[in-house]
Amino acid sequence: MSANTHAEQVEHDSHGIEIPHASYRDYATGFILSVILTAIPFALVMTGALSPAMTAVTIMLFAVVQIVVHMVYFLHMTPKAEGGWSITSLIFTIIVVGIMLSGSLWVMSHLNANMMPMAHEEMSQLP
Amino acid sequence: MSSATTTIAAGSEAPVYYEIDEHPHPEGHSTLLGFWIYLMSDCLIFAILFACYAVLGGNLAAGPGPKDLFDLNLIALNTAMLLFSSITYGFAMIAMQNKNLRHTQMWLAVTGLFGAAFLAIELYEFSHLIHIGATPQRSAFLSAFFTLVGTHGLHVTFGLVWLVTLIVQLGRHGLNPANQRRVACLSLFWHFLDVIWIGVFTFVYLMGML
Repeated sequence: MSANTHAEQVEHDSHGIEIPHASYRDYATGFILSVILTAIPFALVMTGALSPAMTAVTIMLFAVVQIVVHMVYFLHMTPKAEGGWSITSLIFTIIVVGIMLSGSLWVMSHLNANMMPMAHEEMSQLP
Repeated sequence: MSSATTTIAAGSEAPVYYEIDEHPHPEGHSTLLGFWIYLMSDCLIFAILFACYAVLGGNLAAGPGPKDLFDLNLIALNTAMLLFSSITYGFAMIAMQNKNLRHTQMWLAVTGLFGAAFLAIELYEFSHLIHIGATPQRSAFLSAFFTLVGTHGLHVTFGLVWLVTLIVQLGRHGLNPANQRRVACLSLFWHFLDVIWIGVFTFVYLMGML
């Protein structure tokens, strides 16, 4: 072992485990944003202010934004966390989830479209 | 490209050295990343359950639909409980950073109370649904609903068990590196469950009421 690696190791030991730094500011910002991003969708649906289609698009948008807020302020996700491996695995997961969700919905909606139509009375006779 | 450094001719650049020896890592240095990867796999489980719900959610088998069953006031209350528990967990993390054992334990306990309130409300909702005959056997929609929301509730339950264990462990061993690591891992778990809940209340409850 060279002197170089030894010095590095000593530095590493004194460092210990890296726990992401948290601050009141981060948590308060995240909390306030989450409250707003939760309250608006609930209010939209409860009051029915917009048309159903518009409401659906809006609340989905709010959900995506709120998930990002949680990731940044509560889960302390940064591109540099764990040397970039956290965000790499996150992006990989998002891609897999995206393919799976869109694929399932696409395939199953086609399947439904190709099924023989069934009357409502017949359906209720099913076991 | 060869990794050998001995063949460099004299007069060229300085030789490059490569580390061949495995050097020791401090205990638990990769636990947080490993736990994060576990959470990503958990994310896949929930994605599959969401996909099931999206596919089966319309199959009511002439039974009750979301509009007949869900009470948004209850869900709003539930969401608030989980959101409060998120910020109180944040306070526990900050107390841990300041090496304040008592405050860490206290905030973890408050988080646990909010989590327990969330579970109580969810169980009340489930028992109400089952009482009026909207059981998981009733329709594909209800099977998918109970599986998705129930799996989330089960995660919260295990989170609570972990939380109580951690409070006891903190009382016994204090804020040693191992316990700090565990608190940080549970923090990831707890906030991750809140992220999943955003998906649940948006796609299951709010979209169901449209």
